[in-house]
Amino acid sequence: MEQATPDPERQLQPAPLEPLGRSDAGLGVTVDEEAERAREEGSGGDTMTHNNFWLKKIEISVSEAEKRTGRNAMNMQETYTAYLIETRSVEHTDGQSVLTDSLWRRYSEFELLRNYLLVYYPHIVVPPLPEKRAEFVWHKLSADNMDPDFVERRRIGLENFLLRIASHPILCRDKIFYLFLTQEGNWKETVNETGFQLKADSRLKALNATFRVKNPDKRFTDLKHYSDELQSVISHLLRVRARVADRLYGVYKVHGNYGRVFSEWSAIEKEMGDGLQSAGHHMDVYASSIDDILEDEEHYADQLKEYLFYAEALRAVCRKHELMQYDLEIAAQDLASKKQQCEELATGTVRTFSLKGMTTKLFGQETPEQREARIKVLEEQINEGEQQLKSKNLEGREFVKNAWADIERFKEQKNRDLKEALISYAVMQISMCKKGIQVWTNAKECFSKM
Amino acid sequence: MSPWSNWETETKDLILPNGGTPAGTSSPASSSSLLNRLQLDDDIDGETRDLFVVVDDPKKHVCTMETYITYRITTKSTRVEFDLPEYSVRRRYQDFDWLRSKLEESQPTHLIPPLPEKFVVKGVVDRFSEEFVETRRKALDKFLKRITDHPVLSFNEHFNIFLTAKDLNIYKKQGIALLTRMGESVKHVTGGYKLRTRPLEFAAIGDYLDTFALKLGTIDRIAQRIIKEEIEYLVELREYGPVYSTWSALEGELAEPLEGVSACIGNCSTALEELTDDMTEDFLPVLREYILYSDSMKSVLKKRDQVQAEYEAKLEAVALRKEDRPKVPADVEKCQDRMECFNADLKADMERWQNNKRQDFRQLLMGMADKNIQYYEKCLMAWESIIPLLQEKQEAKFPVTAVLS
Repeated sequence: MEQATPDPERQLQPAPLEPLGRSDAGLGVTVDEEAERAREEGSGGDTMTHNNFWLKKIEISVSEAEKRTGRNAMNMQETYTAYLIETRSVEHTDGQSVLTDSLWRRYSEFELLRNYLLVYYPHIVVPPLPEKRAEFVWHKLSADNMDPDFVERRRIGLENFLLRIASHPILCRDKIFYLFLTQEGNWKETVNETGFQLKADSRLKALNATFRVKNPDKRFTDLKHYSDELQSVISHLLRVRARVADRLYGVYKVHGNYGRVFSEWSAIEKEMGDGLQSAGHHMDVYASSIDDILEDEEHYADQLKEYLFYAEALRAVCRKHELMQYDLEIAAQDLASKKQQCEELATGTVRTFSLKGMTTKLFGQETPEQREARIKVLEEQINEGEQQLKSKNLEGREFVKNAWADIERFKEQKNRDLKEALISYAVMQISMCKKGIQVWTNAKECFSKM
Repeated sequence: MSPWSNWETETKDLILPNGGTPAGTSSPASSSSLLNRLQLDDDIDGETRDLFVVVDDPKKHVCTMETYITYRITTKSTRVEFDLPEYSVRRRYQDFDWLRSKLEESQPTHLIPPLPEKFVVKGVVDRFSEEFVETRRKALDKFLKRITDHPVLSFNEHFNIFLTAKDLNIYKKQGIALLTRMGESVKHVTGGYKLRTRPLEFAAIGDYLDTFALKLGTIDRIAQRIIKEEIEYLVELREYGPVYSTWSALEGELAEPLEGVSACIGNCSTALEELTDDMTEDFLPVLREYILYSDSMKSVLKKRDQVQAEYEAKLEAVALRKEDRPKVPADVEKCQDRMECFNADLKADMERWQNNKRQDFRQLLMGMADKNIQYYEKCLMAWESIIPLLQEKQEAKFPVTAVLS
């Protein structure tokens, strides 16, 4: 049973790293504030916090992407993209940054890191990875994973993923994460050696728990419902947005035809010619402006996508709770039945069905010694069971407390980020409108000179 | 090299600006005030106008046999040809059609303005819908104004009757032939003559008109395509906006911002719908009218060719008669007269047409640009107004530097 509290072995001791603000200009979170929040949250038995001095800041960037060829597990040639991760430490006093580490990782290694974090931090809403395959594309964008635009957006997404982890008060201190940034060779082996795959809950078990748990914490039930709805609405939004982009592209591009026909027409006109010709030029400008506009909008779509995938991470925490709760309920049930069995044996009444009861009926009564032995075994089991139940209860409560703390943190982050995304979307629209007004005003002036 | 370099000299023609449609012509009460407004506006060339015509107030008539629309025609004039200073009559489309055929018959050397299409080609349009009737009214008004502006056509007797007669059907039935001298003579030109070569200047006009009609046709197709794409874009927007509303219902702090975005997209959708309606109602019909106009001119050119052909044939016939001093017979002289008059009329009309075309297209294209500007301005306003809503309750710790440049 995984611990709710972080395993000291996996924590950095002492932790030279701190959570850091995101290196993009938008949020301007300083390291100190993150530290503050981390202390406030006081998640689990994380004793490391108190002793650390936030001496250095760290900057992480995924700065390059490179196509590579190699041989896969089946010795077949494959092409993949590798990403360069650079870590810089920034001296507190003079703000100068020094490159401390630089290594190449591919997408599958990022996935491995995330799967590991999911197993060892089940109470944390683990940041999602950018999509594996391009989805919600509109016709112009290629759905090909090798397409340079897709690779570029993925590079940004991977950087964002690392920054999210680095700015998380608990995740940032994980050793495996640290090694991901610093140890190129052998990292995969190191992760696998933690045995996290074995510790992972099976999908089947989790599904089972979902349907059979009797008393889950209502907050988690509501949260799961919310995450389902969120996933559904953002998917819908992204699908329609892609269609809207497609249509808008068509509207702008057809205007380019005006450019050509005005030019041809101007050739047969005398006074009207110049006006028509220059207006046609503006129509060409209008038609070509849509490419940049829609490229900017992809960034907005990516911001929405991140939260689409975050919904899945939320659901994972809820599932964990259900699993723990179910486990608890089963253990309690089991304990109750053992107690009852014990009681029956002691008093001689058989109320419950048992195999022993059946065989007794078939093969004859057992001896008092046999019965005594059985009672003793049961009493031991009951004792053990009670201990286990106690610790499970404790774990359950710890989990709920820690998970809910992280969920609150996540809520704040989500509201901030999405508001910012909406604002930047509105700003994009405003810019598009202004460009439109400019072009048509120019065209109008040309027409007026006809 | 433009064919118009010969006509650089200023003419004293009544080159009046395109009358345009006064605003609010659909209100029945005020057509005389509209005429007053026109009077004040049109002293531009220093020529005082003495004839004003307005088409307005469409009304539906339901009879046992049929349903149709009539339009009120109000005429104000100081000309002697009009007994009264003001007239108000009701006419339906077929009356306009009658007028046009009569004009073509009686003034064959002149370019007669086109009428809006008789039948609605794309069956989706309702003949009695407000938009269709209004579009048609504007076109009929334009038609009469172009005739009014014409120094020869505006004096045509059929035109006079059209504007003044209480019951037009009486005149139609009587079939009064009110042909002018020219009309009479041109009518007798038989079609048997073939012109060898068109003189350069008229060939140039013909070529110009061909290319012009071609380009207009292309522009018409592009405009239709744009409208189609815009409508499809609108369909998607109408689904897009409400999804933000659905999302808003799930959220707490984000509820208002999301709802705001939804409303904003709704406003943009409405603005887009207005744009496509305007383009369909105002832009396309005028474009198509000009294609019809250039077709009319081409047929006038052909008639001119006929007249020239007849003259040349007759001239040739005379030359073939071997006489020492061939005297040009009277009828050949008449032919020559006819041809020269026709040429003069046509050139004058063509120049007038060119000037009006320039004004009309300047206005049409500026109008198109205007509609697009208005659309973007409406959208801009919508998005700018929700920025403060989105920025509300932002924590001081995380200032958002939204650059509204």
